[in-house]
Amino acid sequence: MGVAYAAPIFILNDIMNLLDANKLVFEYVRRDKNGDVDGFIRAVDEVSLEIAQGDFVAVLGPNGSGKSTLAKHLNSILRPTEGVLYVDGMDTTDSDKIWDIRKTVGMVFQNPENQMIGTIVEEDVAFAPENMGVDPKEIRERVKESLITVEMLEHRKASPSKLSGGQKQRIAIAGVLAMHPKCIVLDEPTAMLDPEGRKEVIRAIRALNDVENITIILITHNMEEAVYADRIYVMNKGHIVMKGTPREVFSRVEELEENSLTVPVVTKLAYELKTAGLNIPDGILTKKELCEAICRS
Amino acid sequence: MPILVNHIDHIYNPGTVFEKKALSDVSFSIEDGEYIGLVGHTGSGKSTLALHLNGLMKPDSGGIYFDGVDIASEGYDMKALRGKVGLVFQYPEHQLFEEDVFTDVCFGPKNLGLERQEVELRAYEALKAVGIEDDRFYVSPFDLSGGEKRRAAIAGVLAMKPKVLVLDEPCAGLDPHGREEILSIADDLHDSLGITVVLISHSMDDLAEHVDRLLVMHNGQLVMDGPTREVFMNRKELEAMGLAVPEAAAVLSDLKGMGLPVRTDLITVEEAKNEIIRALRSRF
Repeated sequence: MGVAYAAPIFILNDIMNLLDANKLVFEYVRRDKNGDVDGFIRAVDEVSLEIAQGDFVAVLGPNGSGKSTLAKHLNSILRPTEGVLYVDGMDTTDSDKIWDIRKTVGMVFQNPENQMIGTIVEEDVAFAPENMGVDPKEIRERVKESLITVEMLEHRKASPSKLSGGQKQRIAIAGVLAMHPKCIVLDEPTAMLDPEGRKEVIRAIRALNDVENITIILITHNMEEAVYADRIYVMNKGHIVMKGTPREVFSRVEELEENSLTVPVVTKLAYELKTAGLNIPDGILTKKELCEAICRS
Repeated sequence: MPILVNHIDHIYNPGTVFEKKALSDVSFSIEDGEYIGLVGHTGSGKSTLALHLNGLMKPDSGGIYFDGVDIASEGYDMKALRGKVGLVFQYPEHQLFEEDVFTDVCFGPKNLGLERQEVELRAYEALKAVGIEDDRFYVSPFDLSGGEKRRAAIAGVLAMKPKVLVLDEPCAGLDPHGREEILSIADDLHDSLGITVVLISHSMDDLAEHVDRLLVMHNGQLVMDGPTREVFMNRKELEAMGLAVPEAAAVLSDLKGMGLPVRTDLITVEEAKNEIIRALRSRF
């Protein structure tokens, strides 16, 4: 079996996932009023993940289910209490690799206002590559192409404070994009936006995935947004309790409700009709699908 | 306490290059015990309008009348008005500041100059009304969950015993369960306590399920005002303003377009379900 020993290393590199978590555990220390340790809270409990380059994954779950804690592990803001997480083959507990990990996985948070640094849009987007010591000529190119991707090039000389919420959030995404990451983690990027802003941001995220093949991890409370993902993970109480394609996950209406979640309104209506005896397939995701199914039944 | 908003204008930064007409000739009235939704695109003037409803902003022209009295009139008791019209801002939990939840909720009524006993009674009732259990009363507001914090902040306004409650995007950033909790509290306040509720929201599906009347703002003007059901029949006009109709209503109008004879004045999932079943049965 000599070959079998030599081969796996080669194969492993070849098929390695971009993000690979094995039984990842994270415990918060709870302290009482005097600052003494009162106990531990397992925010993430033995979570295993395999996410390949180019995947679009949505993570759903009620507040306090551990989604954001998990997300913060992906670029080593937090480090696992137990278990391991590899990002592009790098162990996130390896302090020497921390900057490489953060170049590989970029984060976008909920409130765009907290992520703006520059006084004009261009400067803001250039911040990360500048800090990485990228050649100024290349910085200009990266800023330009990032702004084109999020459809904000015409606003490059604007002051971020004059932009709408959706525009600000797209600038934040461009700022991450200018680092040329392999993966972008977005933690409820649309929670503070109006419907128009949501659409703009989701369109930008889908373009990153489709055109640039960037791996997307989208954490959201909005079921309608999760429909675009390749795969959905549902978290509750620190565990991954459901996973599958949007169609598979949203077919399991009762199970989602047990996990304090809902399904998109259209899916809900389809489910109600099916329960009432109509011949409607499981996991309807769009109005068009629903209308066609109704007309056929 | 009925509210009459009579031809009000509000202009930001008048006379400068930043001049912007936020409200333009807005008129409507609110009767006691109504349940109203206020919608509009960002920048349409809906938050500015909300600030006028309890006198935090004053119109540049036109007038606002509570119980028939112009709030701009000499000697009008603004402090009492703010007790009667409660405003819950977006992300109200950012305004929690006291050492424990109960003290925080006492802050408002205490400032109305009430007796301590009355203050505490009101705080107790308000916390009960938003479903916060006794064992959470004396924890730090910062140790509450996101949904609990939001509810505690609403209790702080409820303890003022308002007759009218304006909720600006009360569900923003909450998970589906948290949203449902907040909306059912709004329902309760309206149905059981008889409070007039004005709900500002971007979610047409939530509004369809909850409010009776809808005000639609666009570019500082009140462009639609009517029963929720009727307003949502103007799908084309709403979509042109960058707004939407509830998904259930959109499905019905699409089905009609495809030749299925369904009513299009229905807006909730339950109604749509029954209507689709009825239409399909009658087809055979």
